Amino acid sequence: MDANIKMQLSCPMPKFDFDTINLGHGSGGVLTHKLLSSGVFDVLKNDQLNQKHDGAIFDLKGQLAFSTDSYVVNPIFFPGGDIGELAINGTVNDLAMCGAMAKYLSLAFIIEEGLRMETFWQILDSIKKCCDKAGVQVVTGDTKVVEKGKGDQIFINTSGIGLVHEHARIGLSSIQKGDVLIVSGNLAAHGIAIMSKREGLEFETDIVSDTTNLNFTVEKLLNKFGLDIHFLRDATRGGLASVLNEIAKDGSQGIDIRQIDIPMEEQVSGACEMLGLDPLYVANEGVFILVVKKEIAKEVLDFLKNDENGKMASIMGSITDQHIGQVILESSIGGKRVVNMLPGEQLPRIC
Amino acid sequence: MKFINEYRDASVVKEYISELHRITTRPWTIMEVCGGQTHSLVKNGIIGLLPDNITMVHGPGCPVCVTPLHLIDKAVYLAMERNVILCSYGDMIRVPGSKNSLLEAKANGADVRILYSPLEAVTLAKQNPDKEVVFFAVGFETTAPANALSVLHAKREGIKNYSILTSHVLVPPAIEAIVNDQTNIVQGFLAAGHVCTIMGIGDYYPLVEKNKLPIVITGFEPVDLLQGITMLIKQLENGENKLENQYSRVVKPEGNPEAVKVIEQVFEITHRDWRGIGEIPYSGYEVRKELEAYNANVKFDIQLEKAEESPDCIAGEILRGIKKPNQCPQFGKRCTPLNPLGAPMVSSEGACAAYYHFSNVDVLV
Repeated sequence: MDANIKMQLSCPMPKFDFDTINLGHGSGGVLTHKLLSSGVFDVLKNDQLNQKHDGAIFDLKGQLAFSTDSYVVNPIFFPGGDIGELAINGTVNDLAMCGAMAKYLSLAFIIEEGLRMETFWQILDSIKKCCDKAGVQVVTGDTKVVEKGKGDQIFINTSGIGLVHEHARIGLSSIQKGDVLIVSGNLAAHGIAIMSKREGLEFETDIVSDTTNLNFTVEKLLNKFGLDIHFLRDATRGGLASVLNEIAKDGSQGIDIRQIDIPMEEQVSGACEMLGLDPLYVANEGVFILVVKKEIAKEVLDFLKNDENGKMASIMGSITDQHIGQVILESSIGGKRVVNMLPGEQLPRIC
Repeated sequence: MKFINEYRDASVVKEYISELHRITTRPWTIMEVCGGQTHSLVKNGIIGLLPDNITMVHGPGCPVCVTPLHLIDKAVYLAMERNVILCSYGDMIRVPGSKNSLLEAKANGADVRILYSPLEAVTLAKQNPDKEVVFFAVGFETTAPANALSVLHAKREGIKNYSILTSHVLVPPAIEAIVNDQTNIVQGFLAAGHVCTIMGIGDYYPLVEKNKLPIVITGFEPVDLLQGITMLIKQLENGENKLENQYSRVVKPEGNPEAVKVIEQVFEITHRDWRGIGEIPYSGYEVRKELEAYNANVKFDIQLEKAEESPDCIAGEILRGIKKPNQCPQFGKRCTPLNPLGAPMVSSEGACAAYYHFSNVDVLV
């Protein structure tokens, strides 16, 4: 693990008999029990988890949203975060983009044998911190261990249930011609932060991942603007370009955006130049796209700029009834081009 | 981004565009040789801003596109059958061979690594002494120094399990081949700035004199390209055939003598097959005989059956500028980046892929 990104543990690691996780920790026997009772349960403790049921039993009143996601990031620790943080924020944010405030999560680990106990503890600690920050509880979970070489240190799956905000009507069908597109912050930091630490590609940079929970920002937006927020989506894997294409193609809309209004940190755009990557396709973990009613766009922008997750927000384009299914970008020099979906992983160019 | 943003300045672009509209009185067909230039023209939407009577055709300067099928088959074979760690620049790995691409080989268990520098491959060879490491040395003169340097490094450090599979091609012979083709429609060239940064501009004077065609050595940013196009159109309108250097902030007349020295130490000039075009005499590099221990072609004696290109792919005509990607009947139909019939649809520098990814078809037709 990179010493620079080692976090301060909020709770000390208990004494385990093993320095590393082995197959026995996933067997369901004594080792599993020990890992859970003096480890996971203790860190994440809450009324639900303390019941030690096979599943969680609870009451929730209102319309519910349910989402799941798996996390396989490499490296598992990166500038600005780690896989545990992504696993909590990712599912919390997926629910937020449905207009729902996450309440309960499930948490499942698939661990490759040989993972250092200390590393696992760091991840668990950061999961705990993220849950507290986002106001969610892990209420059920699972731990499996696979043989060396059958995984990549650790994979995490989280699923979440959230309560849909009473004023939320977020969906492709709510989008109208003339609606305005807002991007909540600087693009591409997460993907470049990860890449800067990838084996074989390490380069010196201060770029940190933007991973964060967006649920409170969305809740405040919905409290204030409610039905005039027509669509939300976080620009994670596939980046901004993929989200816009999903809106254009799945929602049968035309989209116009302006390159000049897409915010990006100078360092990030420099790294993209150097690596031959298009930032529009690079992953984000704390940036979301809003489609809002034209008349309130400026007000939403001002509101976002006063929120910790929207300081760099920008109005970047609009919905049109022209070129349905296509995203057209006006380049910084005034030319126009289509922004398409990527046909696979973005590959660095030769020269 | 200092020294980049200045060359993406919208007001300067606007000035060049209006100048081009003012000075262009007749139809002209010009070719940008390099795939990086094609990419920039399309990505920035420049083609749609040009006067209607300037036709840009896209040249063969996409190293991935012109790497012959049998070499890709060789790379795939080495990765799949000979237990080597096959290292490559990123955009090479999706290019289809006759059966498989390197990406498919990787999915089938081959050890294929994407690297930014061949020197990383030498390090890999050092770290894995029980494995053979092969670097797929693809590219024009631009990547040749780094690829050559990797061989010199390996030799100096006594690393014996490293070799390169060479598919190096050269720009001047390609321009010559295009000009001499009976079907040629190109009236002037934007030559590739990066190539001249290494090699200098000396080789281009004979091309201009012999063929009576103007050539402007040009960079890659929007302002570079528009300045290069303007210089070329001025020459064409005035009936001139000169070599000019738009990219003088980077390209020195003598090039980079140190880099050229490294190239000459490792490589010698040879005939090369260009995918879609065929053999062009003296148009590429091969590892010198005295360094053949580092030549994967020699080290692994591979005889593969020569595969045929898809008859429906018109890459040859695209790479020679005779047709544009969207004039191909298969474009965007049977041939897409996910299911490419030929290499220009795969590489991000390939003209077909550039059109597919970025082009507003209405603007480009």
